[in-house]
Amino acid sequence: MAYLTLILVCQLAGELAVGALAMPVPGPVVGMVLLFILLIAIGSVPKGLDQTATGLLNSMSLLFVPAGTGVMLHFKLLGEALLPLSLALIFSTLATIVVTARLMQWLGKERADE
Amino acid sequence: MNSLQDTWVYLSATPLFHLTMTLVAFQVANFAFEKAGRNPLLNPVLGAVLLLVAMLLITGTDYGTYFEGAQFVHFLLGPATVALAVPLYRQWYNVRRSALAIAVSLIAGSLTAILTAVATAWFFGGSLPILASLAPKSVTAPVAMAIAEELGGLPSLTAVLVIATGIFGAMFGPGILNLVGVKDWRARGLAMGTASHGIGTARALQVNETAGAFSGLAMGLNALATALLLPIIWGILVGLLSV
Repeated sequence: MAYLTLILVCQLAGELAVGALAMPVPGPVVGMVLLFILLIAIGSVPKGLDQTATGLLNSMSLLFVPAGTGVMLHFKLLGEALLPLSLALIFSTLATIVVTARLMQWLGKERADE
Repeated sequence: MNSLQDTWVYLSATPLFHLTMTLVAFQVANFAFEKAGRNPLLNPVLGAVLLLVAMLLITGTDYGTYFEGAQFVHFLLGPATVALAVPLYRQWYNVRRSALAIAVSLIAGSLTAILTAVATAWFFGGSLPILASLAPKSVTAPVAMAIAEELGGLPSLTAVLVIATGIFGAMFGPGILNLVGVKDWRARGLAMGTASHGIGTARALQVNETAGAFSGLAMGLNALATALLLPIIWGILVGLLSV
């Protein structure tokens, strides 16, 4: 429970920072950076935090279900633009994965050889 | 008969009912996914969404009523994103060692995601609001929605496209990575997170911790990169495609 509190405090601090500084990233991403900095300062991951984080991350897929169910709000629009949307989504997602992974594997390898 | 009706009216109005249904639908979909040896075609997020949409349509429930219960699950996305700091910390040595490679690959991936999505949808006749809703599709939902609004898209459509992109990436990402011969877990994770944000990260975490950490990192960095780059190149794109 203590560590869930810590996670929520980081998220809240992230939301406040985003609001105050008009940052173009979401509060939870800033919260992730804050918790990360905290871990660097501590120098290890406390056992309880590890358990809490693992619990949350193991069920991460579930957390997208409510937003995904929002598809029912857009049946009409999706039907009208089905071809451009689906082809763009399929091609773009695959292209992004291939470009990012091949480039990273190639650049990462050169670095490791040094 | 009447009391059954009353019970249903009562239950369907409490958050408990749709919260429970969300969890049950996911358990059923996840059970099928595991039973089928984690067959990517049985993606549990997709399965749960299909079950819930069917249930809501059959019972004539609107999304707002559903979300009153489901919001408790939805809320945990924030804390889960913060929790990604833990795998990231564990991989910090690896991340720092390849910082330049990560930065270059990520920016290339971010631009690929935007340009290929907008160009393909434009080619097949997508209107300007459709293009604007689609452009930030690879980024985590809250950022993508804010960007879409800024560009003149429909934020709630963007949310659906973001989830669809995540599910598609989680389903076919590992297969395409095998196909193009990428075995490096850092590269695989970085690609999954750049293209398909949190859903890709959830998938990567199931397979390998290094991949999960790099995916979480990529998700955060791509949110930042797209938020900074997309508004700048949007003007050029619209002019170029003359839409």
